[in-house]
Amino acid sequence: MDWMAWTWPTALFFICIAAILTVFTVLAIKFPETPRKGVLRLETTRGDRLFITLLGSAFINLAWLGVVGANQPLALIVCLVYAFAVFRWV
Amino acid sequence: MEKTVNQKAWFLILPVLILVAFSAVIPLMTVVNYSVQDTFGQNEFFWVGLEWFAEMLDSDRMWDALGRQLMFSAIILAIQIPLGVFVALNMPKRGFWSSFCLVVMSLPLLIPWNVVGTIWQIFGRVDIGLLGYTLDALGISYNYTQDTFAAWATIIIMDVWHWTSLVALLAFAGLKSIPDAYYQAAKIDQASRWAIFRYIELPKMMGVLMIAILLRFMDSFMIYTEPFVVTGGGPGNATTLLSIDLVKMALGQFDLGPAAAFSIMYYLVILLISYVFYTVMTTVEKNEG
Repeated sequence: MDWMAWTWPTALFFICIAAILTVFTVLAIKFPETPRKGVLRLETTRGDRLFITLLGSAFINLAWLGVVGANQPLALIVCLVYAFAVFRWV
Repeated sequence: MEKTVNQKAWFLILPVLILVAFSAVIPLMTVVNYSVQDTFGQNEFFWVGLEWFAEMLDSDRMWDALGRQLMFSAIILAIQIPLGVFVALNMPKRGFWSSFCLVVMSLPLLIPWNVVGTIWQIFGRVDIGLLGYTLDALGISYNYTQDTFAAWATIIIMDVWHWTSLVALLAFAGLKSIPDAYYQAAKIDQASRWAIFRYIELPKMMGVLMIAILLRFMDSFMIYTEPFVVTGGGPGNATTLLSIDLVKMALGQFDLGPAAAFSIMYYLVILLISYVFYTVMTTVEKNEG
C-alpha cells in the first residue's frame, strides 16, 4: 500500500464517499427509487441526484479555491446548501 | 399481477465492481493521494494540501491547453458529424456496393493510432511526403513543424480521415433501420428531399447520432498519440493538447503532484460533459419511445 501514498485526510475523504454510497445502496434496497421530474425537467432518481450533488460539489470546491482562495471549509457549507437544493428541487 | 421487486439482484454486479476497482478506482485513489502531496522520488511524500490545485487553477499553461483542447474537439465535431451523415446519406443502401463501401470505410478505424500519426507525419513532409511535396510544388507554403495553421490543419484533417467513418457507419445503421413505409408516405405527400431528411431521417438517426457525438467528443478530448507523433505538441505549444501537456508534466518533468491535480480536473470536466451528453441522449430516447 506504500505506493498509493495514503494520507489521513484523503483516506477520510474516501471513507466518507464510501459511506455515502453504502447508505444510498441500502436506501435503494429498502426503499426502491421512483424517478421524478424536478426544476430541470429531467427525470432523476435518488442516485442521479447524489451523482449531481457529488460532481457539483467538486466544481464548487474548485471554483472556491480559484476565486476566493481562502477558508476552503466554507466551500463545504455551500456544497451542503447545494446538496439540499438538488435533493429538494431537481 | 404485481411485479416482484427484488433489489438484491444488484449484488450480482459485485464481480464487475471488483474488476473496476482494480483497473480504475484504486489508480484514481492513488492520483487523489498524489494530488495533495509533493515528492522528490524514493517514494517519499510530503503533505501540501490543496496547493497544487490552486497552482493549476492559476496556471496559464493549463487554461491554454484546455482552450486548445476544446477548440480541437469543437472543430472535429463540427466537421465529422455533418460529413459522416452526408456520407451515410449518399452510400448505396443495399447490394455489393453497400458492403464494399462499409469495408472500405472501416479500414481507417482498424489502423492503430501511432500508425495513423506516422502515416500523416510522412504524408505531410515537404521533402518526401506526397501532400507536403505537392503543396510545396504548387507554391503553397505548408510546413507543419513551423507554421501553427499548417500544424492544426494537419491534425484536424488527420482526425477527420481517421474517425469520420465511425460517424458515417453509425449514421448508416440508423438510416437502415427506417422502414420503407416512411419513405412511401413521404412520396405520397410529395415531400422534398430536404423535408424527408429533416422530418424522417434526422429524427430517426438522432439516437445513434448522439452516441456518435458522445464517442467522438470523449475520444477527441483524450486524444494523445496522433498529434504527439505528428507535431509533438509544436510548433511551440500550438498543438499541445491537454493529454500531451499532462504527460509532459507527469513523465517529462516528474511533477507528480501538479500532474495529479491536473488530471483530476481533466477527469471532472470529462465526467461533467459526458454526463450532460448521457442525460440528453436518454431524454431523446425516451421522447422517441
